Amino acid sequence: MPTRTPMEVSIAVAKAVQQADVDVIAAYPITPQTHIVEHLSELVANGELQANFMNVESEHSAISAMVGAAAAGASTFTATSSQGLALMHEILFIASSLRLPIVMVVANRALSGPISIWNDHSDIMAERDIGWIQVFCENGQEAYDSILHAFRVVRDPHVLLPMVVNIDGFNLTHVIEPIYLFDQEELGDYLPEHRQQLKLDIDHPVTMGPVGIPEVYTEAKKQVEDALVNSKQTILAAWQEFARRFGRTYAPIEAYRVEGAKILLMTMGVISRTAMGAVDRLRERGKAVGLIRCRLWRPFPLPEFREAVRQASIIAVVDRHISLGAHSGPVCQEVRSALYTLPNRPQVFGFVLGLGGRDVTVHDFFEIVELSEQYASQGPPASEYTHIGLREV
Amino acid sequence: METALDTFEKFDPQHLPEFEPLAPGHRACQGCGEVLALRLAAKALGREMIVVSATGCMEIISSAYPQTAWRVPWLHVAFENAAAVASGVEAALRIMKGKGKITRDDIPILAVAGDGGTADIGLQALSGAWERGHNFIYLCLDNEAYMNTGIQRSSLTPYGAATTTSPPGKLSIGEGHFKKDLPAIAVAHKIPYVATVNPAYYLDLMNKVKKAALIQGPAYLHAFSPCPTGWRHEGRYAVKIARLAVQTRVFPLYEVINGKYFLNRKVTKPKPVREYLKLQRRFAHLTEEDIEIIQENVNNEYDRLLRLSEEVDLETKLTTSFQQYLDQLKQQMDEAYKKLREEFQHT
Ligand SMILES: Cc1ncc(C[n+]2csc(CCOP(=O)(O)OP(=O)(O)O)c2C)c(N)n1
Ligand code: SF4
Repeated sequence: MPTRTPMEVSIAVAKAVQQADVDVIAAYPITPQTHIVEHLSELVANGELQANFMNVESEHSAISAMVGAAAAGASTFTATSSQGLALMHEILFIASSLRLPIVMVVANRALSGPISIWNDHSDIMAERDIGWIQVFCENGQEAYDSILHAFRVVRDPHVLLPMVVNIDGFNLTHVIEPIYLFDQEELGDYLPEHRQQLKLDIDHPVTMGPVGIPEVYTEAKKQVEDALVNSKQTILAAWQEFARRFGRTYAPIEAYRVEGAKILLMTMGVISRTAMGAVDRLRERGKAVGLIRCRLWRPFPLPEFREAVRQASIIAVVDRHISLGAHSGPVCQEVRSALYTLPNRPQVFGFVLGLGGRDVTVHDFFEIVELSEQYASQGPPASEYTHIGLREV
Repeated sequence: METALDTFEKFDPQHLPEFEPLAPGHRACQGCGEVLALRLAAKALGREMIVVSATGCMEIISSAYPQTAWRVPWLHVAFENAAAVASGVEAALRIMKGKGKITRDDIPILAVAGDGGTADIGLQALSGAWERGHNFIYLCLDNEAYMNTGIQRSSLTPYGAATTTSPPGKLSIGEGHFKKDLPAIAVAHKIPYVATVNPAYYLDLMNKVKKAALIQGPAYLHAFSPCPTGWRHEGRYAVKIARLAVQTRVFPLYEVINGKYFLNRKVTKPKPVREYLKLQRRFAHLTEEDIEIIQENVNNEYDRLLRLSEEVDLETKLTTSFQQYLDQLKQQMDEAYKKLREEFQHT
């Protein structure tokens, strides 16, 4: 019988990586990702994880080394945040285009400037289109489970794509939660052995990363897109198998108290917990409010999303990133375009909150619901989205 | 390390390997010194190796999909990260061997980049890889410009050279700085093997590549690579110019093994630098005074190198004579013992 152990989420994440028996880890320190790789390097130092831990000189080299190691056929893991992710930017597209099964944790943190070490989603939202599978976690258990899912998914020969597991910085990485950890036996063969067909093999030489002349570039891109879209089947199968074996269920769009809800909040990551609290209180007050949480961000689960919002008349989308110069945050943009072609679409209002570590409270969600109702009855606001908790300066 | 070099078997000019890892039919310009150096380096390593390439001329000319000139595993990722990618490949092979996932022994890894990808944008990744001690050969193909983007200056562009971003003009003689000393930067990392190579001295080049593969740890090879397109010389002169670079002392051939300098080819009667410069239109605008400045710099650099390698000579002389003295002593003692033993037997 598994026991729940109180543990820092970063440590649990490191344990999951250990259980996946990775070969090469490369990392460069950046808060709030550090605890994960610190713990991994301890495991390697103590011989509890037989892996090559590369202390590289930058995130650019961390991801470059991961690409090299994965191309050589190794199971690879890295973690980063914020500026580190931004420094990797150039190589992230190459990793997916080379179809390499790298797993990376992004401990989400605001981007400079001004410099901020605290949590929001601006780092990963600037990396929406890198061609990696991307999920967002809400709690420690999910973070631990998601790492196991990730290794299962990327090791599937039908996928051949890298994957990001997003874990909110501090609010998740540094909190201590009771977590069910599998012992290796229990985990059994949920994680397949890492076997790669295409790699730098002297017996079967291949040319990887060649020049894409205009005659082939579009097709090459299309293939990455197809792979990403098709990866959803494997992702869902991995979650179903996990639920069947271990009883914990995950879905691309998770719904909370949506029965008969006319207003749906939509969130991602750790603030969903706060939003649930708000939904509970609002329901007590007799308001038909529900919550949907986007877990699978890439590939975007379009049918599941449309199904989840079918009966709502208002969707209040919460972004934790400003898409500078656009008319709303990235999630809201995604939602609006996902609904645009539907004949009877709900009204969508965008909200931005919790930037750079600003506290997100249940009251913020009360305000969001109130404003949404007001916009619905009195007409939408002048600007296409609303800042919550913005102090006038 | 010394033992690997002791048993080192040199290439025999009569029996060079036939296998060409870099196949003919690539798209390099006629007379390209880079592709010549690269081909020789690849030939020296043979069929069982992995090549990691930076973005640049050699990547573009050898890999335009759906064709490839590579008969060995080859990986290109980006411009500045060949060293980091090669580190990853090496780290992966090492641990997978440790775990029994692969069985092959040390597969040589050759990382290749131009002077820009090495001395400028790629220097950080390279320094990191050296400091971590990864076992791969890094080959800098120095054509003294960013050729793939069309003849812009790099920190390895020589003083006075005309490039599109260091054009000579009323206020400029062209490139205004002397070359960054990259081999010295490599030596400062205390890596076991650093050498300069030149495709005009092909056996020297191939042997150094072979040595680099034998040595555990990072090896750095800096290849002089004439570029007819950028240097504005006729394609047929590439090897001639490469040879002149050595004969004029512009590009001395040396090795630095565990920090010790060995000048491989002492140029006792150097040709004037002018002879080297005059074959290339990138230097056509230079005045006699400019050439004098370059000549002086070449003299100084060569003297510096000579001093560095003579220190080694002196040391070897000292150690050799001390060794001879010890050998003599041992012989004398052996004889004395022999005598004693004989006397002892008689009594
Ligand atoms: C980050 C980045 N900056 C710039 C470029 C454009 N670029 C591609 S190759 C190249 C120059 C390559 O010069 P060098 O390394 O000297 O090699 P060569 O082409 O001369 O062999 C440049 C600037 C790039 N690919 N990536
Ligand atoms: S531009 Fe120069 S280095 Fe590039 S392929 Fe042509 S000759 Fe070679």
